[in-house]
Amino acid sequence: MPRINSPGELEAVRREIESQADRAKPCVLICAGSGCIASGAAEVIAAFRAEIENQGLAVDIGTKGTGCHGFCERGPVVVLYPEEICYLQVKPEDVPEIVSKTLKGKEIVERLVYADRATGEKASRESEIPFYKNQQRHVIGSNVRIDPKSIEDYMALGGYTALSKALCDMTAVEVLGEIKKSNLRGRGGGGFPTGRKWEESRNAPGDIKYVIVNADEGDPGAYMDRSVLEGNPHSVLEGLIIGGWAVGACQGFVYVRQEYPLAVENLMIAIEQATEYGFLGQNILGSGFDFKVTVHRGAGAFVCGESSALMTAIEGKAGEPRPKYIHTAIKGVWDRPSVLNNVETWANVPLIIARGADWFTQFGTEKSKGTKIFSLVGKINNTGLVEVPMGTTLRDIIFKVGGGIPGGRKFKAVQTGGPSGGCIPESMLDLEVGFDELSKVGSMMGSGGMIIMDEDTCMVDVARYFLDFLADESCGKCVPCREGIRQMLKILTNITQGKGKEGDIERLEELAEVAGYAALCALGRTAPNPFLSTLKYFREEYEAHIRDKKCPALSCKELIAYYIDPNKCRACMTCSKQCPSNAIDGGKNRIHVIEQDKCTKCGTCFEVCPSRFGAVTKISGAPVPPPIPEEARIITRESKQK
Amino acid sequence: MDKEQIDKIVAKYHGEPSALIQILLDIQSENRWLPGEALQMVAEALDVPLTRIQHIATFYKAFSLVPKGRHEIHICMGTACHVRGASRVLDTVEGHTGIKPGETDLDMKFSLETVNCLGCCALGPVIEIDGKPHGRMAPAKALEVLKNYE
Ligand SMILES: Cc1cc2nc3c(=O)[nH]c(=O)nc-3n(C[C@H](O)[C@H](O)[C@H](O)COP(=O)(O)O)c2cc1C
Ligand code: SF4
Ligand code: FES
Repeated sequence: MPRINSPGELEAVRREIESQADRAKPCVLICAGSGCIASGAAEVIAAFRAEIENQGLAVDIGTKGTGCHGFCERGPVVVLYPEEICYLQVKPEDVPEIVSKTLKGKEIVERLVYADRATGEKASRESEIPFYKNQQRHVIGSNVRIDPKSIEDYMALGGYTALSKALCDMTAVEVLGEIKKSNLRGRGGGGFPTGRKWEESRNAPGDIKYVIVNADEGDPGAYMDRSVLEGNPHSVLEGLIIGGWAVGACQGFVYVRQEYPLAVENLMIAIEQATEYGFLGQNILGSGFDFKVTVHRGAGAFVCGESSALMTAIEGKAGEPRPKYIHTAIKGVWDRPSVLNNVETWANVPLIIARGADWFTQFGTEKSKGTKIFSLVGKINNTGLVEVPMGTTLRDIIFKVGGGIPGGRKFKAVQTGGPSGGCIPESMLDLEVGFDELSKVGSMMGSGGMIIMDEDTCMVDVARYFLDFLADESCGKCVPCREGIRQMLKILTNITQGKGKEGDIERLEELAEVAGYAALCALGRTAPNPFLSTLKYFREEYEAHIRDKKCPALSCKELIAYYIDPNKCRACMTCSKQCPSNAIDGGKNRIHVIEQDKCTKCGTCFEVCPSRFGAVTKISGAPVPPPIPEEARIITRESKQK
Repeated sequence: MDKEQIDKIVAKYHGEPSALIQILLDIQSENRWLPGEALQMVAEALDVPLTRIQHIATFYKAFSLVPKGRHEIHICMGTACHVRGASRVLDTVEGHTGIKPGETDLDMKFSLETVNCLGCCALGPVIEIDGKPHGRMAPAKALEVLKNYE
C-alpha cells in the first residue's frame, strides 16, 4: 500500500483502483450484516465461493460479503452485479442454481426474486422493490457495494476525497462553516446542531482537544449505528478526521460497545488501512495536519451513552454522569474540550463536505435537514433498516416502506426514541418525522429506534418494560432517578399484575414530575416519557387494568387465562403434546381442557392451535368457564361413522 | 489465569491505568470471568487500588465475578423481541433451567443472561446460545433447542 501524500496522489490511486476493479466484471454481493448472518448468510457465502470455484469461474466472478443491506426481513440478501439482480432468502441449496442459471445463463431464478405478499407483483432489482424504492439511502446505501474490510472499495466510491477537499482546499473555519450551513443536527439523541457544538470546542481554550464517536447504541431495540460501523467503518472514520480538522483536535476516540465485536474488528482494520494510506497519522495528505484514533470498547452500561458519562468511561473509570454547567464541548475527557457525536452524524460529514451544504439541505424539513436511518422493527412486515428524508410521514415509513402490520392485525402505536422516547398512536400517523415534531407529541427522535406495536401489545406493559430497563441501568448517583424509577416500576408492575389501586396514576404522575425536573442526567429526566406518553394516548388501558383487572390487549400474564373452547376443539392433540407444563388434559377424541392451576401461561397452546380450529382463546377481566364434564368430552367423528 | 497471561494483556496497553476497562474486558473474554487473584494482579501491575477495580467490575455489565457454565444462554429482551413475546420465552427457560438471569446452575451446564438487541430483530424473539442465534423462538421451541446442549 503506498502512502498518499497529496490530493493529486489520492486521485491517481483512486483511478487505479477503479480501473483494476473492472466495473463490468460480475460480482456476487452477499449481505453479511447481523440479521442476514443470523439467517445463515455465512453458509451462503461459503457455498458461493465453493460453487464458483467448482464451475471454474473463480477468475471471472468475484464474491463479496458486505455490510447490512437493510432488508433484514428477507435475508440472506444476495445481489448480482452488474445487473443488480436481487435474490432474497437465499439458502446454500439455491447457490448451484444461481451460479448456473443466472451467472452463466443470465436467466433469472423466479422463485428467489421479490414478490409482493399482497399483490404477488415481482421485482428483480433492489431499486424496484417497494421497500427500497421509497427510501433515500445516502448513508447506508454504500453498504451494499462495499466489503467493509477493504479500504479500496470505499475509495472506489470516492472515499476520502471529502477529507482531501477539507484538508487541502478548505480552511478549518470553512469546513466548520459548511457544517453549520448544512444545519446538520445530531443523530444520537436530542438533535443538537453539530456545527454549534464544533464551534464551541474550537473556540474553547486549550491546545489539546478531542473528537469522539458515540457508538454505544444503548437503545435496546435498535441496530442502525451498528450496521453503519460494521458495514462502512471508513465513512465514520473520514467524518471523524474532518471533524478533528475543523475543531482543531489531534486525537479521536471511538466508544463502541463490546457487544459489537464485528464493528470493533472492522473498525480496527479500517484504522490500520487508513494509517497505511496516510489518512491517519502525521501530515495527512501533505496538509500538515496530524490525527490519530483510539478505540475504546464500552463494557456495557446504558448510561455511558450520555456524554459526560461516556467521557469518564474513556478515562478508564466507572461511567457516571456529572452536572453539565460547563458543556463537555469545553471540558470533557480529562477536562479538555471534547466533541461527541453519534455514528450516523459523523457518517453524514463526508457527504456534506463532498457534495456541499446546499445539496444536504435539499432534503428534509425546515428545521431537520437530511435523511435519517430508522431501525424499523416489532410488529411490522418488513423488519429492517430504512433511511428516509426527514419529514417523511410515519404512515409512509410504516406502510409504504415497512409494508404494514403482519397477520392482518391492526396498528396500535409506534415507539420512537428508545427508553427516553414515547409511543405515538394511530391518530398521529400523518406526523412528519423530525426532531421537533416528535418532541412535540411527547416522544423524541432519539437515535432512530422505531418499534411498531399492534393491537396485541399492552401499552401499560410497554411503559413497565422501559422502566424495568432503566431501573437496571440507572447509575444510582441521584435520588430522583434511582428511587423514582424504582417506585414507578413497582407501581406499574402492580398494575400489570392486577394489583393496581385507585390513585396509582396520580402517584405515577407525581414521581414522573419530580424525576423530570430533578434528575441529574437525561436518563432520569426522560425516564418518565414512556409512561407519560402511553398515559396520554392510552389512558383507558391503564384504567381497565386498575379498575376492571383486565388487560385489553390480552397480554399481561397475571390478568389473562388461556381457555379451550369445547365447541371448537377437535382433539388434534397439537397443544397437549407441546405444552411445556403438561397442563392440558386431552387425549385422542377427547376435547382438551386446560388445568388452570398447572398453566404457566406461556401461550404455546394459543400459538400452535391450528388456525382452522382456533380453539384456544385468551380471557381477561372475566372468569374462566368451568371445565366441561368428563362425559361430554368424547368426540364422535361423523366421517368415520358413515 | 496466570501472571504471565495477565502481564501480557497489561503490556498490550503499555501499563496505562486509563486502559483499565480495556484490560478487564480482555481478561473477561479470555477467561470468561474475573477471578479475584486476576484483579489483584491487575491492581499491582497498574498500581491502582483494588477497590477501584472492584467498582468497575461491578458497574459494567460485561464483567462476571463468578465462573460461567458450559453454555451461555443469552435471551434477547430488546424492544422488538419484547413486543413479540420474549418474556414468555424467558419465563419458560427460567422455569426449565431453574436459574434467573445472571445465574449459573449447580451443574455448571447453563448460565443465563438477558441481552438487548442482537441486530436480528426480523427473527425475533431471538435467543443466542454460545454465540449462535436461534430465531423465531417460542416457549416450547426454546426448550427443544436447549435439549441439544449437554
Ligand atoms: C442515558 C443516555 C444514553 C445515551 N445513549 C446514546 C447512544 O447510545 N448513542 C448516541 O449516539 N447517543 C446517546 N445519547 C446521547 C448523547 O448523550 C449525546 O447527546 C450524543 O451522542 C451526541 O451526539 P449527536 O449530537 O451527534 O447526537 C445518550 C444520552 C443519554 C442521556
Ligand atoms: S398457556 Fe402454556 S402452560 Fe398454559 S396450557 Fe397453554 S401451553 Fe400449557
Ligand atoms: S430486539 Fe431482539 S434482536 Fe433486536
